Amino acid sequence: MAEFSIDRFVDRYAERTSGMSASEVRALFAVAARPEVVSLAGGMPYVEALPARAVLEVATQVLGELGPTALQYGGGQGQLALRDRAVMLMAEEGVDADPADVVITTGAQQALDLLGKIFIDPGDMIAVEAPAYVGALTAFAAYQPRFLTIELDDEGMIVEQLERAIVRGERPTFVYTVPNFGNPAGVTMSGRRRDRLVALCRETGIPIIEDNPYGLLQFEGEPLPCLRSLDPRNVIYLGTVSKTFSPGVRVGWALADPSVIQRLVLAKEAADLCGSNLTMLLTERWFSDDDRWRTALAGLVDTYRSRRDAMLGALDEHFPSTAAWTHPSGGFYVWVTLPDWSDTTAMLAAAVERRVAYVPGTAFYPDGRGGDRMRLAYCYPTEDRIREGVARLAALFEDEERLYRSLHGS
Amino acid sequence: MRIAVLAGGRTPERDVSLRSGHRMTLSLGELGHEAWLLDPGETQLVEALGERPPDLCWLALHGKEGEDGTVQRLLDLLEIAYTGTAAFDCEVAFDKVLAKDALERAGVPTPPWVVIEGWALRDLGGGAALGKAVERIGLPCVVKPSRSGSALGVSFVEREADLPQAVMAALSFSGAALIEAKVEGREVAAALAGRDLEPLPIVEIVPKDGPYDYAARYTAGATEYFCPARLSDAASAAVGELAGKTAGALRLRDLTRVDLMVDTNDRPWVLEVNVSPGMTETSLVPMAAQVQGRTLSDLCDSVLRSVAMRA
Repeated sequence: MAEFSIDRFVDRYAERTSGMSASEVRALFAVAARPEVVSLAGGMPYVEALPARAVLEVATQVLGELGPTALQYGGGQGQLALRDRAVMLMAEEGVDADPADVVITTGAQQALDLLGKIFIDPGDMIAVEAPAYVGALTAFAAYQPRFLTIELDDEGMIVEQLERAIVRGERPTFVYTVPNFGNPAGVTMSGRRRDRLVALCRETGIPIIEDNPYGLLQFEGEPLPCLRSLDPRNVIYLGTVSKTFSPGVRVGWALADPSVIQRLVLAKEAADLCGSNLTMLLTERWFSDDDRWRTALAGLVDTYRSRRDAMLGALDEHFPSTAAWTHPSGGFYVWVTLPDWSDTTAMLAAAVERRVAYVPGTAFYPDGRGGDRMRLAYCYPTEDRIREGVARLAALFEDEERLYRSLHGS
Repeated sequence: MRIAVLAGGRTPERDVSLRSGHRMTLSLGELGHEAWLLDPGETQLVEALGERPPDLCWLALHGKEGEDGTVQRLLDLLEIAYTGTAAFDCEVAFDKVLAKDALERAGVPTPPWVVIEGWALRDLGGGAALGKAVERIGLPCVVKPSRSGSALGVSFVEREADLPQAVMAALSFSGAALIEAKVEGREVAAALAGRDLEPLPIVEIVPKDGPYDYAARYTAGATEYFCPARLSDAASAAVGELAGKTAGALRLRDLTRVDLMVDTNDRPWVLEVNVSPGMTETSLVPMAAQVQGRTLSDLCDSVLRSVAMRA
């Protein structure tokens, strides 16, 4: 008799990989990527709107004039000229920074991983919004923290809950938040809550990680101050060009105290030595022409605003009164809450069968909640496709409601 | 021979199918055949078959369309030979509601079950009959979509209160749900190959944690396999005999896999059959062939001979 273990190293993997398994949802997303499916799932920026000729010009310039540099290794902290551009972009949102306090990372996603690496010991508690960005949850989870979940409402993170936890004696290693047009909920933290969060964390010495990928994608209203500008000493700020330019260049950054930056640079060098000089140069050149990047960004914001309007309009038209959803004033996402009996994970297969896809809510909670929620992204499909997708979802939901009523005798 | 290996498609099992198809293409190549992979999810199938006409289609599609007779009917129309079970028999074998009925009529033991149709729930107030299902089947039970593979949409239910949710989950994958009695014991797979559907060694499946669900199937290392299965001689013989009887009852051909439970009294029960079993590096059929000392190419050769004799 032979005993087959499909994976002969199975007993040798680290404990932290235990949550890394195949899933039905991933299998369904393979189908959802097909063109006939209206995908309201992925948060893909609409890069098709970028002026292709201008991008090509910049790429040609980089390889023509800076070829040997572009094809070489670089420093772990990232090129100074690009850090200057990051400082410029942060200034757009009122954040004052010194390029010496910036490290360029492979997307802000790598900054999340590196922050996990330098801050989290197994068993440490970290505070996250509920729901929270799934990429942050998985990046942090690899370092085996305990999650303290702080609920969101229309004003963003309910800071009072964090306060109560601290009064109870909890001392999270850090607080992670996406205060502007958050992923997945699309809500923005109010000014009042920002002040309160910053004050609370300053008093208790708990650092804040402010992840701000969507800040410059504001559709209306006045921007609120970044947490970093309210307390530069206690806030680690993460930025990215994924939404303002291209996610394909994989350029993000962290701004923090020199002591944190020193550790992040060492951790970054251990992870991948340095970022890609080629795409760093491309990004730096892109943002060197003020008119070019501002025009492209304004075009993107207009597109996303129209798509947001299309989605909210379609939800109003098609969705039942038993559902509720957020009204983002920027960013990519609407967060839908269905009646509490709903199971959006189970429903996904039927949705894909009807040629529409979304992300089930459970992805965004570290504790298995969120079964009655779903994230809808309006960033990529056209307005017509968005309306069609929402209508298909509404028809599915109507069928689900009838099933539920039949199964529960009401 | 010129062989188009059909793999991929538009189902959630697409990636698994592509892995199966890739391996089949290599193995057929090793036998000296001109084999190429054709993904109906990426190309217009009829057009592609017209542009490069094969002598035979090797079906490595998994799930709906590939296993339910759809592709088989199309190939019948085009008069292109294919591997595996015929169209109508695929339709029966793939649909658990039809297959279990056919098995019962043929005297093949399969765990007791009831069927709930989605439209009966939505339009006929069928939910009120759910209590009756529990009465007849008992708990714990397994709730499955009638037409789906890879344990997608399958729930294991311990408490009656969890049944409605499990039924809704199964109906997300298919128009009807089966509620089936859960058999305690060893889970085994019996593969059959060639013209006479000769049995391969039985594989025993032992998930490390919880049921043999989608994650347990496709996460490397999440399940242990024993081959031959750790069964008594009598139980092994009974499994082999029952697998053969199942294949006969459902008129399966060429290469197939029968999934069974062997209960604590050593009695086998047929759960379901696969007309296009997975052939990936982690699949059960290649594992069984390996224990028998056969290569995948060798297995392919018996399948091709079986198809050739039919022609």
